[in-house]
Amino acid sequence: MIRVLATVFATLTATLPVLAQTTPDNKELVTSFTLDNGLQVIVVEDHRAPVLQHMIWYRSGAADEPRGASGVAHFLEHLLFKATDTLEAGEFSATVAANGGRDNAFTSYDYTAYFQRVAADRLDLMMRMEADRMVNIRLTEQNIATERDVILEERNTRVENSARALFSEQKSAIQYFNHRYGVPVIGWRHEMEALDLDDALSFYRTYYAPNNATLVVSGDVTPDEVKALAQKHYGVIPANPDLPVRVRTQEPPQTAARRMRYKDPRVAQEYVSRSYLAPERNSGDQETAAALFLLAEILGGGTTSYLTEQLQFETQVAVYTGAFYSGQSLDQTTFSVIVVPAEGVSLEEVEAAMDKGLADFIDGGVDPDQLARIKMQLRASQVYARDNVDGIANRYGRALSVGLTIKDVQDWPDILQAVTGEQIIEAAREVLRPETSVTGWLMRDAGLESEVSQ
Amino acid sequence: MKHLMILILALVFAGPAMAEVKIKEVTSPGGLTAWLVEDHSIPFTALEIRFRGGTSLDAPGKRGSIHLMTALIEEGAGDLESRAYARTLEGLAASFGFDSSSDSVSVSARFLSENREAALSLLRDTLHHPRFDQSAIDRVRGQVISSLRSDAKDPDAIAAATFRRLAYGDHPYGSDGAGTIETISGLSRDDIIAAKRAVFSREHLYIGAVGDITAQELGAVIDDLLGDLPATGATIPGLATVGLTGGVTVVDFDTPQSVALFGHAGIDQDDPDFFAAYVLNQVLGGGSFESRLMNEVREKRGLTYGVYSYLSPRDLAATYRGGVSSANGKIAEAIAVISDEWAKAAHEGITKAEMDAAKTYLTGAYPLRFDGNARIAGILVAMQMQDLPIDYIATRNARVEAVTLADVNRVASELLQPEGLRFVVVGKPEGLQDRTD
Repeated sequence: MIRVLATVFATLTATLPVLAQTTPDNKELVTSFTLDNGLQVIVVEDHRAPVLQHMIWYRSGAADEPRGASGVAHFLEHLLFKATDTLEAGEFSATVAANGGRDNAFTSYDYTAYFQRVAADRLDLMMRMEADRMVNIRLTEQNIATERDVILEERNTRVENSARALFSEQKSAIQYFNHRYGVPVIGWRHEMEALDLDDALSFYRTYYAPNNATLVVSGDVTPDEVKALAQKHYGVIPANPDLPVRVRTQEPPQTAARRMRYKDPRVAQEYVSRSYLAPERNSGDQETAAALFLLAEILGGGTTSYLTEQLQFETQVAVYTGAFYSGQSLDQTTFSVIVVPAEGVSLEEVEAAMDKGLADFIDGGVDPDQLARIKMQLRASQVYARDNVDGIANRYGRALSVGLTIKDVQDWPDILQAVTGEQIIEAAREVLRPETSVTGWLMRDAGLESEVSQ
Repeated sequence: MKHLMILILALVFAGPAMAEVKIKEVTSPGGLTAWLVEDHSIPFTALEIRFRGGTSLDAPGKRGSIHLMTALIEEGAGDLESRAYARTLEGLAASFGFDSSSDSVSVSARFLSENREAALSLLRDTLHHPRFDQSAIDRVRGQVISSLRSDAKDPDAIAAATFRRLAYGDHPYGSDGAGTIETISGLSRDDIIAAKRAVFSREHLYIGAVGDITAQELGAVIDDLLGDLPATGATIPGLATVGLTGGVTVVDFDTPQSVALFGHAGIDQDDPDFFAAYVLNQVLGGGSFESRLMNEVREKRGLTYGVYSYLSPRDLAATYRGGVSSANGKIAEAIAVISDEWAKAAHEGITKAEMDAAKTYLTGAYPLRFDGNARIAGILVAMQMQDLPIDYIATRNARVEAVTLADVNRVASELLQPEGLRFVVVGKPEGLQDRTD
């Protein structure tokens, strides 16, 4: 084995710079242009199979909803599968299916996206239908009543039936005092129950317009083909001159640590979840976010990460540790750490071990070998990413919906490679401050009374 | 709906687009067989290796040993203990995934061309010299126990466990492949070694590779990786009898939304009527938004976020099953609607228009599956395990097209058993109680 290992390291050393050079840049696969009405278009080419994905991303999501109407962005997403001037309710999906395709949609805080995966020669039809429902939906009171029941059942499935989901919903609410990221995307139940036709149409008329959208087509297509069809179907839709500027209420500085304990009889495995407000990726300014991205990998990205090493291997007080950071967010995001205690270890003990681990890490600095391995993996991930162009397409769609530019997306890999251990520690010091933490304990409730149901 | 019909006709005449997937059968110098799709456009390879039998090969009293072994195999090999092993793998930027199901244990590897040799050398050690250190066994066992505890309080997992027990009883299919807290607490290092010996054999081996590798290279790779495995492994258990009877089984659990699973005996994949059944299911509950169940339960009545059905032809038993979740006060109605639809399809069949739409979807969607090296490698292995011919991909859509309405409706009347459908409901459902029809 020693000989094998030596070979492995020799190979590695020899090939590190080679990989960086031979990785064909994803820039080559990606083309972009903007129509006169403001619709931004991204094309990601992959001609290996005659299929494509057609997506439209609206730069509006749950965090853009008016107060009191939580869930309306997602409700509207469901309603876009109902009738338009030319399609009956359900006909959109039925037509996609009849053409051998799959379609769906998703809503997040900062965007709402619709997509179809179909054979490459069906782009014209997909665009015709997607452009149609951008401006022509026709809703009835019956649609509203039935689909509202559906989203309430969706909330049951995703949230009410899961102690973990209820816990994290409560925790977000105390994380964000003044920003809509504290309100669940699916909505608070009492507000969802009151959503009506006016709520849905008002959101639709405000935000569904070409100058508030990004069209992303990936797969076996050429930019010229996409341009001609996009002009034909989307190009004729006028921009919305009254599109509101995207300004949301922001968080005040956090000056006190916040704590919560959530008890539920359905909890089998207790755990501690810690989070901190953290800066997101901003256009032309992604360095801190890059350091935080690497910090999450180093602290809790897998078997070799720092917290895993300390809490699972050394002291063995945890069965699972993880650290998470998502920089793709319009406004301030979070950096979070989760620790699941080992049998017989209390939440208090495992939290103390986590805090000690975080402090020790900041004192001790980044292991340069670990950082080099992570960077090697990130370079390789660019090779693997080319096997999934829809994934590349999604990355652009999401980034452009949260205020980043194509250049920001393309610069990101190099920015990650340039991050130093010192910058990571600096970012950790800045973000992982005890006085600005939010700590939640998900706890077993042995009592017969459930505190959570309904 | 006129609009839709025009589209369907247009498509039938145009013919669906078909990805060109050129599969080669590779026989290694050592006599192993693999299926390969060469594609040198991206400098990496996806290698999928599967061993038939899976967790169903657990020795008596050792339930969970194969699942635990599969979780432990990436915890160190040769001279590398867990963390050194993980660091080495990270440094190679390769990934090895190990997974177990009731029918197979799979090894899914992905590695760059530039350090292929080093990555495969590590994979070889992983398969032949896993360490199974006691400290790793204890640590990973703790993780499995934690997850089994969570399952015990999770309505979806409770429903699956109950359904499985009712369907298969004492057969391995009747219990969780991960074992129970009791069984895995009793496993020794020797049990883990025995589990490995039971699974990894040339007799049960299937190989698929896709990407930047030639047939000759692959032949040498698989001989080196797998040629030394023992010729035979543990004996695969006999067929399971599907013991489901019509009725409702309620598992009381305090949660606002009831989770229901339902099903009865199904149809084998090599049955001449399989494609007719497949088309039938597409219409009944297989589509995402277009199926009858989705239409009746969700679109018309708003009783659920999702309802589905699917054919589950496994190696040792076939079932036809589905699922739905509805608020405790609505689940009884959802179940009544599903039962009605089941009966309606059994007695009246489906229409020609429905069948045509389903076929157009199934044939058109087929090429969408072949999207990525790892995905295709998985398909290559699945095809071999189902004993399908190597040119199957090119002929598969013709098999769907060959299904007639008479076939589908005959199969509907034979396969669907409205009186034999068992519902397992976990929650506090209103107006439902245990019932055997």
